[in-house]
Amino acid sequence: MGGYTAFSVVAPESQSSTRFFTSIITLEEVPVAKQAEKKNTESPAELEQYYRDMLFIRHFEEKCNLAYRQGKAGGYMHVYIGMEALAVGWLSSIKKGYDNVITAYRDHAHALLLGTNPVAVMAEVMGRKAGTAGGKGGSMHIYDPKNGFYGGWGIVGGHIPLGAGLAFASRYRGDNKVTLNFLGDGAANQGVVYETLNMAALYDLPCIFIIENNEFAMGTRLEYHAADTELWKRAIPFGIKGERIDGMDVLQMRKDAQRIVDWVRKEGKPYLVEVMTYRFAGHGAADNDRQLYRTREEEEENLKRDPINRLERILIERNVANEEKLEAIEAEILDMVEKIYAEADASPHPDVEEVYDNIYSDMTPEKGH
Amino acid sequence: MASLMEMTYREALHKSMVEEMDKNGDVFLMGEDIGRYEGTFKVTRGLFSKYSHRRVIDTPITEAGFAGIATGAAMAGLRPIVEFMTMSFSILALDQIINHTAKVHYMTNGEVKCPIVFRGPGGAAKQLSAQHSHSMEGWYAHVPGLKVVCPATPSDVYGMLKTAVADDNPVILYENPGLYALKGMVPDDPNYSIPFGKAQILREGKDISLIGYSRMTHINLAVAELLEKDGIHAEVVDVRSLLPLDTETIYASVRKTHRAVVVYEDWRSGGFGAEIAARIGEDCFDDLDAPVGRVGGLNVPMPYSRTLELQCIPDEKDVIAAVRKLG
Repeated sequence: MGGYTAFSVVAPESQSSTRFFTSIITLEEVPVAKQAEKKNTESPAELEQYYRDMLFIRHFEEKCNLAYRQGKAGGYMHVYIGMEALAVGWLSSIKKGYDNVITAYRDHAHALLLGTNPVAVMAEVMGRKAGTAGGKGGSMHIYDPKNGFYGGWGIVGGHIPLGAGLAFASRYRGDNKVTLNFLGDGAANQGVVYETLNMAALYDLPCIFIIENNEFAMGTRLEYHAADTELWKRAIPFGIKGERIDGMDVLQMRKDAQRIVDWVRKEGKPYLVEVMTYRFAGHGAADNDRQLYRTREEEEENLKRDPINRLERILIERNVANEEKLEAIEAEILDMVEKIYAEADASPHPDVEEVYDNIYSDMTPEKGH
Repeated sequence: MASLMEMTYREALHKSMVEEMDKNGDVFLMGEDIGRYEGTFKVTRGLFSKYSHRRVIDTPITEAGFAGIATGAAMAGLRPIVEFMTMSFSILALDQIINHTAKVHYMTNGEVKCPIVFRGPGGAAKQLSAQHSHSMEGWYAHVPGLKVVCPATPSDVYGMLKTAVADDNPVILYENPGLYALKGMVPDDPNYSIPFGKAQILREGKDISLIGYSRMTHINLAVAELLEKDGIHAEVVDVRSLLPLDTETIYASVRKTHRAVVVYEDWRSGGFGAEIAARIGEDCFDDLDAPVGRVGGLNVPMPYSRTLELQCIPDEKDVIAAVRKLG
């Protein structure tokens, strides 16, 4: 089989994990949702695009890891490997450049999918002048407000009120924007998240809180950090609609995301979604101790849920592509990523004088040590 | 020339906010009990009925949450004025203000502006004790990305609130509960404004510079009056703006008088007055006839007992003692 092969585990069958989905899924059923699910509504072009997007993210992130290993990237860096279906599903369900997106520090995929120049993202990872933040943010702080991307934030849970604030502006102005407010399962425990959920419900903010539940808050497993591991239930006390859905199947993710985005746009109310996913990589590039919090066997078991392999099988089943075509797509993407890397790496570091830039819009701080 | 009207600091602040809200529909107010209850210090009296819940937003008692929501709204181009019931409560929002609000413009490479005003009373009121009496202005003035102003008079708070609302950067407008009832003449001019980074000389003198901001400026004025009786002509410098700081005006005064005492209500150790004193020492050493004097609040949590509380807050006699010490 062609396509992504960096992880050596071969998955003979699609193994949709059922362990998270044994109980009720939605707090309140959304009737329109279930009917379309059975039909294959995606066009071949759409299917190919999802494949390309996921594969691009995977190889881009692999290259970021390489940049880190080569010492071209420093600090903290968190890649999206394994979670691609989640971002692809959600970001293909909004009006790009119109709606707002905000997330934490595992942020490369969101920017890339919104149309941010990938060279600027890689250059930011490398701390270069051509980066999205001029080399002042790094991997954790990618921004592209022109495309509706508001970061890229490093304090776990800290950006959640900012996302609600973007939605507040929509409510204030009466526009029809939806804000996607991504957070991790670890962030779901932060106090400010609950302050925000309360106000989002109180003020009817068109904001979707999307918990990317990859089962680990850094090195602490879900059941060790959450008193109730069904994080979607945290919507209940605020009267916010909530549900848990699978984030490893891009097609289902896409459908669920569209259904929820449409509902929020129409109703102008918040929504909380817990999306089950798994990061194949460590928490960050500096995480060399995965065996301290999960076994190799568990990782291999989860690799069978690889969203990219899963879509490959669908592409072949539906005659959208054969193995040669998949290989050709991958070769094309690898070449593209290689060029992005080279271009970013060839770009200059910031000038020393730039250290005082953009702290204020109209003045510089006093200079000197 | 605009005519002048006498009003209190509270009324000047209120008038300024009303005029800014009338000028620009993107300006809105957010805070605890500011709407239906009309504000703990009644600065927002009548505004809820005038502008409705759309523009005067009562929040839950969740400082971090509403500071963050207002910041997000500012990122989207609105111009929130956020009231902290007291600046002591803004401690709960420090992560939002320092880690988020102050970093928006920087981390977006200047692409996103964050036009937001955080305002409220800071410092001791009367017997509010250890958790409600903090002076936070020095904490904020420590942070690149924020601007911090501490107007001492009705006309200054009137003009500086306007400048703060017009500013595309986050501004902390620091009030003092002891100033709200203070009366003064205020220009009747909706377009009046006081630029940031400009200190003012409130009283000229040739013998010593008394340097302070917010309520301490009034202590300094009273001290200057008392010293005059002894033939000492004190110059009173009202710093007004901590970040940006107008060192030029401060230094010019010190170069004229050759003596300086810096007065601030915050804890003496590490408060913003210490920064001013250090700079005078660094840059005006050759002009000084004596070491720079400093009067700050006692380095203790604020006690409840009025006797003890008054002991902590700098007053005229503390400043006079510091002046005498310089010889």
